[in-house]
Amino acid sequence: MSAEAVGLTLYFVQIATLGAIYAVIALGLNVNWGFSGLMNAGIAGFVAIGAYTSAILTAPNGAGQLGAFGWPLWAAWLAAMGAAGVLALVMGTITVNLRSDYLAIATLGIAEILRLIVRNEDWLTGGPLGVTPLARPFESYGNPWAPVLFLLLLLAIVAVVYWLAERAIRSPWGRVQRALRENEAAAAAMGKDVRNFRLQSFVLGATFMGLGGAMLAHFSKYMSPDVVDPLTTTFLVWVMLIAGGSGNNRGAIIGAFLIWGIWAATDFLTAYLPSDVATRAAYLRLFLIGLALQIILIRRPEGLIGERPPRPADGR
Amino acid sequence: MSGLEFVNFYLIPGLVLGCIYAISAVGLSLLFGILRFANFAHGDMMSWGGYSALVAVTFLGIGPWASIPVAIVSTVALGLLVQRLFYGRLKGANSVVLLISGFGVALMIRAILYFLFGPTEVTYGLGIQRPFVWEGFRIQWRHMYFIGTAVAIVTALHLFLTRTRTGKAMRAMSDNPDLARITGIPTDRVVTVAWVIGASLTAVAGVFLAIDTQLSPLMGFNLLLPTFAAAILGGIGKPYGAIVGGLVIGLAEEMSSLPLIDGQPLLTPAYKTGVAFAILVAVLIVRPTGIFRSPQ
Repeated sequence: MSAEAVGLTLYFVQIATLGAIYAVIALGLNVNWGFSGLMNAGIAGFVAIGAYTSAILTAPNGAGQLGAFGWPLWAAWLAAMGAAGVLALVMGTITVNLRSDYLAIATLGIAEILRLIVRNEDWLTGGPLGVTPLARPFESYGNPWAPVLFLLLLLAIVAVVYWLAERAIRSPWGRVQRALRENEAAAAAMGKDVRNFRLQSFVLGATFMGLGGAMLAHFSKYMSPDVVDPLTTTFLVWVMLIAGGSGNNRGAIIGAFLIWGIWAATDFLTAYLPSDVATRAAYLRLFLIGLALQIILIRRPEGLIGERPPRPADGR
Repeated sequence: MSGLEFVNFYLIPGLVLGCIYAISAVGLSLLFGILRFANFAHGDMMSWGGYSALVAVTFLGIGPWASIPVAIVSTVALGLLVQRLFYGRLKGANSVVLLISGFGVALMIRAILYFLFGPTEVTYGLGIQRPFVWEGFRIQWRHMYFIGTAVAIVTALHLFLTRTRTGKAMRAMSDNPDLARITGIPTDRVVTVAWVIGASLTAVAGVFLAIDTQLSPLMGFNLLLPTFAAAILGGIGKPYGAIVGGLVIGLAEEMSSLPLIDGQPLLTPAYKTGVAFAILVAVLIVRPTGIFRSPQ
């Protein structure tokens, strides 16, 4: 392959890698919103805690004044999921029974408090400088194999998370979640513990988001507060899920790759524009994503592939 | 610390910030009462008002105070356009769908502001003014105007809501939209009036904030959560409660850095904005209906 072809391939591999990371986060949101109707607007908070947990545990020289822990990657990623889950458990215990719009505002508020902590507690997170350098798996294989292998690893993780989410929604547990979403009073009358079921869904979704954050940290190879911009992270993932079809795990994955593909492709095109025009074009892209969301909400509220409730024959 | 220092450096700034929050929160709360969903684009509409005034200052050569009417007209136009193009078409949809739509509108407004004005911070170029000083008590003139305007707005709004037909129709619709509709209240017109009033207040809050600090495309979004905090603290949908909520949040933010123990501030100033978020979350958990009990 010519050098140019290699470069182009690597570029697409990079886009696909980020698409896979977003797919995991979108699957997490699908558990929260698609399954249970929990409007989680604090996605950036869970992504950040997962990312920083993994970054701090693996960075060779530690972050800020924290020592080097030297955890292996797989253990750090599990810890990232655990940390996001614990945060969700604490947050969920106090907020999960709120009305959906209040839940959105509360989760957004808590995510903002987390952002302040990340920015200001230098001893823990390195403050604005962040945690660096982080290892990316397979780096010793060099180009072009290292990025390809990393992508394959992430795709395998997407597959596992998808399988887990599918198992969850097809299980009796998933049926209870959908029942709660559609008619809380009826489900409660059937003797379901509303609060507990919602909390479980909140924690499961957050765990996936934490894993996505950890993957993001090791893809970027450094972790600073800028990597998880609250609104772009949170908002973009919402657009992905709604475009793909909330309630449908396949929809979440397709939405993630599609919206990220459009986002990255416009980036690719603006690279050919003069630099002052290019920065402006980036804002135009933000506008178009917002507009696309409006059109989907008005014209096709169920998304590309809407929710397909499991048929009775699928049930166990 | 002397009592005068407390007044000059904590009480007055707290009141000023509280007034800006209050004006913004009244607009949000009023619109919530009528539209039945939280307008997530509220903060970015505030930035829009601030930049509209900047355009007037730059091209008409008038001062920022005189540009407030321009900001109001432009923000009202934006609000009505958003209602017609997006929110209005989602009528009957789940309030959560409208919330997500509001997220999208917020991003679109912000993208336009970034596109036209760039990310750098700007001011109206008011320059430094001599404060009003009396016996060690000092206050900026502009802060007196802020507080005066807030009082005037609250009075006018009170008279409107209690004395006029439209104002009463608005309260009726806020209390019970279905009942209001069947008693023959023109609900579409009430929605329009609510946007006119709500967006006007948003514009005023935006220009005040920009006069007091700096104008940036993120300015309004940074005020979104404190505004929500104020509106929810006062009981969302209740404009009077929002005033109290705004003042409480503004004062709490400024008081959070009071050097009470050993001359150390209670909270590092970096966490000042966190106070509003913490109050917000606490109110949602302890008393989601706000501090004022609802009549029903």
